[in-house]
Amino acid sequence: MGIISRGFGGRRRESVPGLPPGQYLTHDFPVLSAGPTPRIPLDRWSFTIATETGEKKSWNWAEFTALESADVTVDIHCVTKWSKLGTTWRGVSLDTLLADVETAADYTMVHSFGGYTTNVPMEDLLDGKAWIAYKFDGEDLEPEHGGPARMLIPHLYFWKSAKWVNGLSLMNDDEPGFWEAAGYHMYGDPWLEQRYQGD
Amino acid sequence: MARAALPGRLTWRAATLVGERWETPSARTLVLDVPDWPGHLPGQHVDVRLTAPDGYSAQRSYSIASAWADNATDKTVELTVQRLDDGEVSPYLTDTLEIGDQIELRGPVGGWFVWRPAQEKPVLLLAGGSGVVPLMAMIRARGAAKGKQPFRLIYSVRTPEDACYAQELSRRVRDDPGLDVHFVHTRVTPRKRIDVATINSYGWPADFTPDCYVCGPTTFVEAAADILVALGHDPKRIRTERFGGTS
Repeated sequence: MGIISRGFGGRRRESVPGLPPGQYLTHDFPVLSAGPTPRIPLDRWSFTIATETGEKKSWNWAEFTALESADVTVDIHCVTKWSKLGTTWRGVSLDTLLADVETAADYTMVHSFGGYTTNVPMEDLLDGKAWIAYKFDGEDLEPEHGGPARMLIPHLYFWKSAKWVNGLSLMNDDEPGFWEAAGYHMYGDPWLEQRYQGD
Repeated sequence: MARAALPGRLTWRAATLVGERWETPSARTLVLDVPDWPGHLPGQHVDVRLTAPDGYSAQRSYSIASAWADNATDKTVELTVQRLDDGEVSPYLTDTLEIGDQIELRGPVGGWFVWRPAQEKPVLLLAGGSGVVPLMAMIRARGAAKGKQPFRLIYSVRTPEDACYAQELSRRVRDDPGLDVHFVHTRVTPRKRIDVATINSYGWPADFTPDCYVCGPTTFVEAAADILVALGHDPKRIRTERFGGTS
């Protein structure tokens, strides 16, 4: 488009490599969610994987945090335009959680306490691309940032990294989750700027 | 009757500034003419893109302040922009953009934090600062539709001078039956914060199962939404929109 704003650009943000198109750098950690922040006691926490054939596998908090964990440093990109670089997390890789699950599903739906959902292709959860994180910056994950545990899928827009996760359904066909049904992109690659339906 | 966000690609459109007014010393309403605007629901937002002469561009999201009616003669879209002094986009929109200038805009975006005139429940609106903007669109849409749903707005703002739409709100309280507005001033002695007593006194009882909309800075939204839950409101009826980090 050819609309040039006279006098704009004098206060531009620092230019940094690693920013997808249309994003700007923030050093804060903004909070975005659709409703109140749920507080989930650890003795009521569980995470369940349900396969396309109805098989289920669950972990309680003690079992989950006893799994092999990984420390990861990644950039995160929110569809509302902010990006935060070099964030540090500890969590359990989805490779670990899915290792003994028998499935041929190509798609998944992530579920959260409170009813939030988001859809992610299976291949985007595997091969070291996704974690369920329970520490941020060395501290227990705060409830407003998704604690006790949230999904961390840094190569997609951050709404895919669902807060307060409690389950994963494996599906043969893709279905929209919460924001996807409200007009956001089904996949959400920040480098392709897939913010909304049709992008 | 407004339409929902249309399926298909949201294209960038040229928007021309055709009117403006200052709501407070730091918040300016931009009246934009956007040819072929598809319409919007109250609570939705738009993305704005500015491009510098050397090609550098920046995008930000802004809530829509105006209501839309397909049959109305006024087909403009209004945004109210709060100037953030260390920002790069908002000071341009509040202080530099002149009548006749164009910016790029796409939307409407967001299908969750919306109020539809067909909703029959009482409505509780909790606004912190410029979080009032999408809630004002709901009040305006109700007024345009001559809605009968009981509406209450609790509006937390630093001082009376920082309140957007103050005159219009007092006019609507007089003319729109069933609309109440209560202000909480956080920088006027005695300093107040939105608290249990305020929401209990000026909101709706949880028994009425109102639709609640909370918009403002994160600290405000967290506090207000927690109070609503503690007062027994169903978390599924509490819709929140938070901002912070946008400038």
